[in-house]
Amino acid sequence: MKSRILSFILSLIAWLILTWSVDWQHLLIGLLASIFVSWAVGDLFTENPWKFKDPKRYLWAVYYIIILIWEMIKANLDVAYRVVHPGIPIKPGIVKVRTKLKSDAALTYLANSITLTPGTFTIDIDKENGFLYIHWINVVSEDIDKATEVIVQKFERILEKIFE
Amino acid sequence: MSETIGLVFIITGLAFDFLGCLGLVRLPDLYNRLQASTKCVTFGTCGIMVGIFIMNGFTGMGIKALLCAVFLLLTAPVSAHAIARAAHIAGFKLWEKSVCDKYQEDKGKG
Repeated sequence: MKSRILSFILSLIAWLILTWSVDWQHLLIGLLASIFVSWAVGDLFTENPWKFKDPKRYLWAVYYIIILIWEMIKANLDVAYRVVHPGIPIKPGIVKVRTKLKSDAALTYLANSITLTPGTFTIDIDKENGFLYIHWINVVSEDIDKATEVIVQKFERILEKIFE
Repeated sequence: MSETIGLVFIITGLAFDFLGCLGLVRLPDLYNRLQASTKCVTFGTCGIMVGIFIMNGFTGMGIKALLCAVFLLLTAPVSAHAIARAAHIAGFKLWEKSVCDKYQEDKGKG
């Protein structure tokens, strides 16, 4: 039930931001739409609603967004350089990395962040054993520990504090 | 002033979009092309959206552009992941100069 209330509040906020005007018509439609969404999503939205009460998690999330944007800028310059370089200096391959994260939300964000940053994107997740398969445009090391250190750890430390 | 900054953002975004499309043509196989298209096109389009937000400020249009950027950031990686996984399962080979394919090795075992 708590999960439904949370998804209701979040979808109502998203609706209000999207319309950006508060009059009764918009509000009524927004309320109906949010009720429908929270009913349809059900208890899938979050498993542990108590995690939303901790303000420290939001601060870490803000810090995380700043780090992510910085990494994205670096990633884009890197890929752009590889694209315009006449020799196309790439060395692609699929590597396997390890992760300590367990919850679904944390794994989703980790996979998405890896996709958005330097020359890497997630192909598949092995949730039981905690492995990620990652396509890397410039393989620095095929070794699982080294690859984990380069790709995963800078995000994992922060995501652990947000979601776990 | 905000007009100029917004234009700078939009032009940067367009440049990255262009590079992404160039990568789509130049890079060798599906996986590398996905790299270019997910990163550069997502970032470039977000740049355009942020530029629109800066030009319009906190009006209906600006806020919608910003929200578009957020949704794009959340959904683009998911589609890239789905395409790559489907291609790999369908047996799409990596470029012949690729270094390693741990996913193929593990799948062979399972």
